[in-house]
Amino acid sequence: MATVELTFSALPAHVRTARLVATAIARRTGVAEAILDEVRLAVGEACSRAVEAHRLHCPGEPVRIELRDDAGRFEVTVTDAAPGEDVTPQVLEADGSLMPEMDNLGIAVIAGLADDVEVLPGPKGMRIRMSWPASPHGIAAL
Amino acid sequence: MDLKLDHHSEDNLTIVDVEGEIDVYTAPRLRELLIDLVNKGNFHLLVNMEKVDFLDSTGLGVLVGGLKRVRAHDGSLELVCTQERILKIFRITGLTKVFGIYASVEEAKEAHGRDK
Repeated sequence: MATVELTFSALPAHVRTARLVATAIARRTGVAEAILDEVRLAVGEACSRAVEAHRLHCPGEPVRIELRDDAGRFEVTVTDAAPGEDVTPQVLEADGSLMPEMDNLGIAVIAGLADDVEVLPGPKGMRIRMSWPASPHGIAAL
Repeated sequence: MDLKLDHHSEDNLTIVDVEGEIDVYTAPRLRELLIDLVNKGNFHLLVNMEKVDFLDSTGLGVLVGGLKRVRAHDGSLELVCTQERILKIFRITGLTKVFGIYASVEEAKEAHGRDK
């Protein structure tokens, strides 16, 4: 089992970096090229959600992402440290109010993309774990 | 890649060319452009997404927000997109039923002309 851990400041600009790292490691782990876009989008959604949660509740705390090569699965866990139950990337109207119909869209997208998803809310933050099939021997097997 | 935005008008239609990645970092710029266009009286928008590399739910939210805004003026917001990776997120969220999605700017312009 090989694990890469990444922590980053809760800034929207860093979400792209997290996506790129996740995609690179997914490729290295042996995730099929055809589903790398799904990995990239799902990880981006989870990180966006975490960044927004931190910006609301604990902007000084970093977001944590773990990428694991686990017995033929590529597993990603995004953990935030924000209390609260339901924070999604916010879509604001011109007057600054939330667009309620877009709530939870990020989670819905993740559920539609990841092969296996677990959303674990907790008093000290939320964990989103998702995984995809990967080559047991990673890219070296190709 | 960052986000590049450009727009021009043809007859009654304003074409917004988007290039790059639309995510939680860049989506506010697209939102500001759409709001600005509507505030200036452009109520028929065509967003050309053929050069968009990445779109997430934040970007979808901005497009839905733009659609709401133009509809308040009996306008329209339609899309040009043929990339499977981008279309997939519209399908997952059911938004293919909400937006008119065309294969080319020309096709969208023809449809818009018929609807006028």
